[in-house]
Amino acid sequence: MDHFPTNWGRPRNDAFDAYGTYPIQQRPNNIKDNFNGVQRTQQPIVTGTSVLAIKYKDGIMMAADNLASYGSLARFKDVQRLHAVGNHTVLGASGDMSDFQYIQSLLDDLIIEEFTEQDEHTLGPAEIHEYLSQLMYGRRSKLNPLWNSLLVGGYKDGKRFLAYVDLLGTTYSASTIATGYGSYIAQPLLRKAVEGREDTLTEREAQAILEESLLVLFYRDARSLDKYQIAKVTESGVSISESMALRTSWSFAEGIRGYGAQTQ
Amino acid sequence: MAAAATVYNPVGFDFSNQIRNNFLADRGIPLPKATSTGTTIVGCLFKDGIVLGADTRATEGEIVADKNCEKIHYITESIRCCGAGTAADTEFTTAMISSNMELHALSTGRKPRVVTAMTMLKQYLFRYQGHVGAALVLGGVDATGPHLFTIHPHGSTDKLPYVTMGSGSLAAMAVFEAQWKPSMTREEALDLVNAAISAGIFNDLGSGSNVDACVITATKTDMLRNFVKPNERVTKERTYGFRRGTTAFTKEEIRNLVVHEEIIGVRDDAMDVDGS
Repeated sequence: MDHFPTNWGRPRNDAFDAYGTYPIQQRPNNIKDNFNGVQRTQQPIVTGTSVLAIKYKDGIMMAADNLASYGSLARFKDVQRLHAVGNHTVLGASGDMSDFQYIQSLLDDLIIEEFTEQDEHTLGPAEIHEYLSQLMYGRRSKLNPLWNSLLVGGYKDGKRFLAYVDLLGTTYSASTIATGYGSYIAQPLLRKAVEGREDTLTEREAQAILEESLLVLFYRDARSLDKYQIAKVTESGVSISESMALRTSWSFAEGIRGYGAQTQ
Repeated sequence: MAAAATVYNPVGFDFSNQIRNNFLADRGIPLPKATSTGTTIVGCLFKDGIVLGADTRATEGEIVADKNCEKIHYITESIRCCGAGTAADTEFTTAMISSNMELHALSTGRKPRVVTAMTMLKQYLFRYQGHVGAALVLGGVDATGPHLFTIHPHGSTDKLPYVTMGSGSLAAMAVFEAQWKPSMTREEALDLVNAAISAGIFNDLGSGSNVDACVITATKTDMLRNFVKPNERVTKERTYGFRRGTTAFTKEEIRNLVVHEEIIGVRDDAMDVDGS
């Protein structure tokens, strides 16, 4: 019999030992938290890999492949990991895709709210980044993070913006940023090509360096795909391209036999 | 372990020191921290042979222990080996294999081959099950042509036209994957190796200082020590020597420490050197 009226009509939770039926030293640890059920630090399930972004002459360019992996399974091969937020910002996400979808809906609501205000102000990339950094750090402080590494890029009032925020609430800004394996593999290439030349790099050169980096990532990241999209933010707004395919070459070791002394 | 020391080495792995090490670790005495080379090392096949490259920073945890160490080790005249991982392990392992290669060449009467060094290294490392922390890039030119191998601490080998190892290997491999092509000239290969090692030096904290390179062809081997120095220390703005007379003194005494000897011969004969 349940003596607590507040539990009547509500779902039963057998995990909660209301009458202390276990001896103290064996009692299960039922932490009552504010969210009606225990939801804590998770692990990412369906994940996206690296996102790359650079500043160039006309604005920001961001690239990500179309893969959402389920562990080592290439589960969803047509996922768009770049999301336009208003007319001035693009958000690229790596990490857990369900948390990214939740963030997308939060941001869409935010943009709609701002629109209904009709006060001639629009949310720019700096505001979006600030909102996300407060959101991400707040969630990490409740030990329940949104398991993502996000890149926020945009162009507003003649100024380019590019910054990073992740599941810990770490933020930073640079003219080239990459998440995941991209930070080890693509970042050296991006830095070499872009650093010092942000104001003279043309659109074609920017696209070329991003595509080269995605190609190297496809060779060396075991959770990547050769199908990708590139987003461009300039003064004329946000445009996310159609999916494109990488041209790979696998003939580099044609003459080699074996892994050691084998000759045939 | 036996009471009387024997010359016979029993088959199988000898892990007798592991028990002692675990016991000591439980008592709060961990294994001494080895100097690790952090490192970016690369090898690259070009038209006439092999180019090996390495950075020159040796780290001890977070501290830079050696700002200009040499990571390209000598195996034979036309075979060299870059080493990443535990510095002592790479030094001693490559020195041992170099010594054995020389003996082997004298024994066979032939010029030594890269696969011989590779086989010696992999069998040694496998025997120690990864406890010898040597990750190597072995390259050279022998009678059968140019060869380039990577050898991992557990004993596996890979044969490839371009390879990178060490903590900076991802940065260096990114450069290789973007720019390597078959049949490069010597200049192109050296530029590529320089770019790859520089990517490691500037993007990886375990690598730094200068770029070393070694070009091995059928006819000769060029060891280009400190081939590029992108991190030279700026000249200090002031000199900090003291002027003569800074320290006042009251008394001066000069003692001659050079001993003068006059050798007086006992006999006038020269030294007897022959048996006669």
